[in-house]
Amino acid sequence: MILKTVKNAEEAVADISNGAMLMMGGFGLSGIPENCIAALLKKEVRDLTIVSNNAGVDDFGIGLFLQKRMVKKMISSYVGENDEFERQLLSGELEVELVPQGTLAERIRAGGAGIPAFFTPAGVGTEVAVGKEIREFNGKLYLMETALTADFALVKAWKGDTAGNLIFKGTARNFNPMMATAGKITIAEVEELVPLGSLDPNAIHTPGIYVQRIFQGEKYEKRIEQRTVTP
Amino acid sequence: MLTKEQIAKRIAKEVEHGQYINLGIGIPTLVANYIPSHLDVVLQSENGLLGIGPFPKEADVDPDLINAGKQTISMLPGSAIFDSAQSFAMIRGGHVHLTILGAMEVSEHGDIANWKIPGKMVKGMGGAMDLVASAKHIIVAMQHCSKDGQSKLLPTCSLPLTGIRCVKKIVTDLAVLEIDPEGGFVLLERAPGITVEEIKAKTAGKLIVKGEIPEMTFD
Repeated sequence: MILKTVKNAEEAVADISNGAMLMMGGFGLSGIPENCIAALLKKEVRDLTIVSNNAGVDDFGIGLFLQKRMVKKMISSYVGENDEFERQLLSGELEVELVPQGTLAERIRAGGAGIPAFFTPAGVGTEVAVGKEIREFNGKLYLMETALTADFALVKAWKGDTAGNLIFKGTARNFNPMMATAGKITIAEVEELVPLGSLDPNAIHTPGIYVQRIFQGEKYEKRIEQRTVTP
Repeated sequence: MLTKEQIAKRIAKEVEHGQYINLGIGIPTLVANYIPSHLDVVLQSENGLLGIGPFPKEADVDPDLINAGKQTISMLPGSAIFDSAQSFAMIRGGHVHLTILGAMEVSEHGDIANWKIPGKMVKGMGGAMDLVASAKHIIVAMQHCSKDGQSKLLPTCSLPLTGIRCVKKIVTDLAVLEIDPEGGFVLLERAPGITVEEIKAKTAGKLIVKGEIPEMTFD
């Protein structure tokens, strides 16, 4: 087996430098790579282009990058939980490409799977369609979207082994598996790093071939945005 | 005028046995509370879950289990979890039967705007564009007028669109309406105590009134 382990987040992100294009897993704050985020904050890399469904909240997740003005451009589908994001966007300090969520997921999947472009009905007749090729298939209109890849994909899994095989938990899976396939270098942080042979091969969500570096993260906060309970 | 809960309750009557349903954020999420228990339906959460259950007990709250509104939830027996590409594959592929979502504006041709107010509010479209482009049946839950009294049911939308010619039915605090394929809001039901004249006055788009319009009933 090819072993992918690195010591910690600092070592994993050591070669991420100014101007890098990153993919970061997570939906809201669920399944975000908390340790890599902390390590990048410490490095204060700048001019990042970040592909992430959301932009965190003001004081957690990618929101922390925005506070430090580390981000040049965001490619996201929904950024409504973050006031600082909205402020930087409306004032023109931050470049933003808003992409329908399914299109975003598929562009990343396509990027990892060697499909350069595809047609989707999402956004036909809206400003998302501006400048894009429109074609009719079976009487319905579709627009062409192109694949996304990144210099680094930062993903978070529940369990992983030293070969980089990953298993996610609950809805913290979200964008992580596709992003793992679309990074030139994919860095996986896991809650539990286990020896080879400990994971059931039938249960692997992301095969280790997609992962270049893996480490066990620490002190996961897993902040909840909307704590809703049944009394 | 209907409360948000009553709008949700009225929409729940549109749900059919055996449907896979995606509920948007806000009033649509409330619909889950009113789906009759004799109907077997499955709720889809676009962040990767089929089989959304009620909010968890405090002791069972799991940060790794949330819905598209980022609320903590539970899973029903028989649930399935998947990634975001798979989630939208089932949406675009037409496997989700019914989408219920909110709107800022709807046009008389079934266009919908719900994601952006230029220069003021930019939250993003999330999954709404994928959903409205693909679902077989789309019901909009919304207030009939904005807070300053402007009709949100228009000849054409003034805000950036989310999708074109996709909305089939609208339930507002005043009425249940259907989009006519030729254009126009067909009035189907009135909220209790609301007159056809009032609905006419508060609908900027073309309102089609055929015969007696019944009042909504709630069981």
